[in-house]
Formats: sequence, structure tokens, C-alpha cells
Amino acid sequence: MRREGSPFRGVGTVALKEAADHMVSARMHLIMLLVLLTAIGAVYGAIDRIRATTAEDAYLFLKLFTVAREPLPSFAAFLGFLLPLVAIALGFDAINGEYNRRTMSRLLAQPIYRDAVLFGKFLGGLLVIAIALLTLWLLMVGLGMLFLGLPPSAADIVRSVSWLAATLAYAGVWLALAIAFSTLIRSPATSALAALSVWLVLTVFWGMIAPLAAGIVAPLDPFDPMSILNRFEWQQAIARVSPQTLYGEVTGLLLDPAARSVGPLFMHQMQGAVIGAPLPTMESLLIVWPQISGLVAAMLVLFTLAYVVFQRQEVRA
Amino acid sequence: MSAVVLEAKGLAKRYGAAVAVAGIDLTVHEGEVIGLLGPNGAGKTTTILMLLGLTEASEGSVRILGKDPLRQPLEVKREVGYLPDSVGFYDTMTGRENLAYTARLAGMSRDLARERIAAAFDKVRLTEAADRPVATYSRGMRQRLGIAELLMRDCRVAILDEPTSGLDPQSTQELLDLILELSRGGMTILLSSHMLDVVQSICHRIALFNRGRIGFFGTIEELAARIGRGSFVIDVEADGVDLDRLAGAAEGVTSVAVPAAGRWQVEATRDVRPELARLVVEAGGSLRNLDLRRARLDEAYNRYFREVADAA
Repeated sequence: MRREGSPFRGVGTVALKEAADHMVSARMHLIMLLVLLTAIGAVYGAIDRIRATTAEDAYLFLKLFTVAREPLPSFAAFLGFLLPLVAIALGFDAINGEYNRRTMSRLLAQPIYRDAVLFGKFLGGLLVIAIALLTLWLLMVGLGMLFLGLPPSAADIVRSVSWLAATLAYAGVWLALAIAFSTLIRSPATSALAALSVWLVLTVFWGMIAPLAAGIVAPLDPFDPMSILNRFEWQQAIARVSPQTLYGEVTGLLLDPAARSVGPLFMHQMQGAVIGAPLPTMESLLIVWPQISGLVAAMLVLFTLAYVVFQRQEVRA
Repeated sequence: MSAVVLEAKGLAKRYGAAVAVAGIDLTVHEGEVIGLLGPNGAGKTTTILMLLGLTEASEGSVRILGKDPLRQPLEVKREVGYLPDSVGFYDTMTGRENLAYTARLAGMSRDLARERIAAAFDKVRLTEAADRPVATYSRGMRQRLGIAELLMRDCRVAILDEPTSGLDPQSTQELLDLILELSRGGMTILLSSHMLDVVQSICHRIALFNRGRIGFFGTIEELAARIGRGSFVIDVEADGVDLDRLAGAAEGVTSVAVPAAGRWQVEATRDVRPELARLVVEAGGSLRNLDLRRARLDEAYNRYFREVADAA
């Protein structure tokens, strides 16, 4: 059966309203304060380290994001850890909150399709995350220039902006996950807990699970050196189920021009290569292209799940 | 007869094996106020959702203003306003912001929306509270805000689900006045309610829902006539007679009930007051009171459902 009218009518209105809601919500203020403080701490540590090692370091500007001083992790590692939390905070009550406030039936009685509600909520959350990320990025660049007196080169800008885009896709995965849970589960507290457990498993425990699982799938054979490689590849494949692994690989390649590969590298592949020489930006981007597509795909799959469930849901709570 | 606004044919909804609505036919003309009555779970809300296209019917078809709510949902929803059962608003936003949001969703221009929202607030007497967060609103104010939304959107048809549930008598009366005003403005209104006096005071016709079907659709007088009792009810107070026995002699009397000693409630198909007075006096009794009123909906309603239960 064909329905008339655009499913995107009202998407912008819903998205802007959601974004405005997030911007003024206490939840968002708290979590952004947390992110901001950790970010400043990370950059401060990085600047200290960079100052001490200026002479021997190439690509100083990008080091701002990746260098860490114990005990603080680097800025990129911080984002990888905290961004899911931000996204979950924005999305965990997107749909079920609307039912609980009893606004869903009134909202759906407006001349818009259901598609617009879900799509608008996702875009609104993504918009807020994008604004927050851009602010953080500008802050980093500004601090770097201020304390290191070091303007970024054009290549640095391209690399860090594409890294920013990949970061947004990474946040999108978690936002889509949170919204999917908010559609599936009626109680916001339960859906928040469910999303947080997935986050905990994938970011904290997955690193321990992957080698274990790889050991079972591909056991080591002491007489077959290839089995080591086989096992390593299995381990990597399993680890890549977690978006954090994918994001870590993207970060490693994009923010370090000297990095050449995310997988195992053989001596014969390094023949003729100048060790430590930077890779062109496009080459780095090409190497992690599968990872970036993987993140976008995961986001789309989760969003589609939420979409299908939401379309079939009864209006009455 | 004025134009048909809403027409439902053989509308049915099943959830697996459970039948929520089992085939409903409903025709509503322009400017009518229709009351949807029936016990909880009789299928009223499900029917309303199907009429709006918010739930897909398992069978049957609906035309609202000549359009199919499943195929042209946007156009139908633009013309048809819906005030859900215990309506919710965004608590942190003010009443005005809530309405501005729905105005934007309806695609209204900013200026037009501002003008209409102000007018709607004025009409429902919420202007003073318009810029307060909805969290501070009482239940009655929320319902009035819901009416303001319908006013602002300038719908041709309004469907109100339990608009008066949980309201105090004064708020109920205020809401009724507003609904009557909407009706006078030419709006066609469908209203579901459990408060029978509410329905009686404002509805032109009523639909009685029972187990997923409409058992009766017509005016209250028709309902009274249909269930075999008269539409005239006469309260008699007298001493020294036994009206129980006497009243049967008067033509048109269908039943006599004795609510208390010395008081009778006589139902008849016509005004039998003169005969009753004569009978009482001739039997040597003293007549104290003779009061005629129209059939009350709550009596007809209760009797209808008692009969339905007996038949089952």
C-alpha cells in the first residue's frame, strides 16, 4: 500500500526541538562538564610531554590528541571511552520517555509520519554531539597554538577533521544503540542499564574476551608458525566486533602519519620503506576506510532495528 | 442532511486471537457531536486510533472527509485533531512553547502560529499561564491546553478521548463549555466518556460500544424507545394509595418502580400525568408531587447493558 506525503516532513522540527532540549538539560550539562574537564586534563598532560620531547618529535600537532602523560590517558583514548557515555545519555529515553510522558499519541496525531519522530530524534542527538565535538576540537587546537606556539599544517587539519568525522560516526553507533534500546524497552531506567552494560562489555571486557575466544577457535600449534598468525587474525577479527576497537584503529592511523597498518606487517612488505616516514593523508585514510565503513554500517543496522520495531509498535502505551 | 464527514465500514481489529473491535459501522455528519460510550475494554480507544490511522485496522475501511487515513495520513491528520486520554505535554516547556512545537510540525508559519496560539490561549482562558512550564499546570489546565491545540490547528473534526476523566466538577463544566463552543464553531466532534451526564448534555447522538461492536447508535430518546421503555419518566409522591396496582390502568405506562415508600417512578411512552393524577385522587389518595422528566442517559445506559448481559 502506497502512502502519500513525504516521510521526512517535520524531521527538521523534531531534530531541532530535541537538540534544544538536550542543550538545556541538566543531564547533558553534567556529562559535558565531565568530558570538558577530562579533555583539558589530557591536553595539559600532552602539552607537558610534548614540550619535553619537542626536538625528537615529528607531527607535533597531531601528537596533541594522542600523547598521554601517566596516569592520564590521551585525549583520543578519553573520547573513545567517554563518547559512548554521552551518546547513551542522549538516547536512552528517546522513545520510551515519550510514551511515559504520554506525549507519544499526541505527537503521532500531528501531520507527520512516525519516521520523522525517530529520524528527528537521532539527528537531534547527533547534532548535539557534533557541536560538542567541534567545540572540543577547536579548544584543543587553540590550546595547542597557545601553549606550543605551533600552527597546524593543512595536512594536519585534514587528518584531524577526518578523524573528527570518524569520531562522530563512532558516537552515532552508540546513539543508535541507545535509541534502539529505548524503542525495545519500555522503562527508561532499564534501557539505560541495558545500553550501559553493552558499553561496559564492549569497551572494558572485550579486550579480554577476544584473545580467549581466539584461543578456542584457533589454538596455537608449537610446530606450525603460521598458527600464531592465524590466531592473531582471529583475535583481531573478534576484537573488531567492538566499535571501540574499530575506532581505536581509525585513531591510530589517522592521527599518526607514520603508522602503516592496522594488522600484522611482514618484513617483505616493509622492503624499501623508509622507517618512520609519514604516509600521505589519503593513504592513511584508505587503510582505515573499512573500519570507518564498519562504524557507519553498525550505526545504520542499529538504527534500522529501532526503526522497524518503532513502526510496528502500538500507539497506546 | 448535511455532508458525511466520517464513514467507517466493517472496521475490525484483532490482536492475535483477541478481538478488540469486531466490525463497526459508523456514519457521522458535519457539525454533529457524537458520544462514544461503553465499558472499559469495549473497543472505544482502539476504534478512535483506527479512525485516525494510528493503528492499522485488520478489516474494514474508514473515510474521513473523503480521505483514507491509511493512505493519506498527513492530509487526514491535518484536518482531524486528536486529544488523547490523559494527554501529555513536555513538562519543561511552557504551554506556549508546546503549542508552538505542534504548530511547526503542522507546517504553520511563525507569524500565523503566534497569532493563532494567542487567540487559542485567550479562548481557553490560559493566557496568564501561557508562559509557565506545563509542569505547574493542573489536570484541568492540561486538558484546556489540549483544547487550545485543537483550536490553534483549526481542525474540522476533533476526536476527544475521555476529556473529562479525573476533572473536578467545575473544570468539567468549563471543558464542556469549550467543547460546545467548538461545536458551535462548526467542528464535528467525537467524544468518548464514562460521565453519562456529560455526554447527555452535549451530544447529539450516542454510540454504545459493547464487546467490540456498536450495540446502538442514535439519539438518547431513540435508545429509551428501543429498549422497550418509554422516554417519559414521571416521579410520583402520594399517600394512601397503591400506585403499583393502579398505574397499569393508564394507557402508555410501561413500568412502575418503587424507589421508596410513598414514591413511584412511572415510565411511559407519552405524558400520562393527567391519568395518574386522576387515578390517585379517585382512589382516595393525596397527591404530593408529580414530576415529569426526560429519560436519563444513565438509566437507559444501565438498563441497556443489563439487557445485553441477560441476553448473553
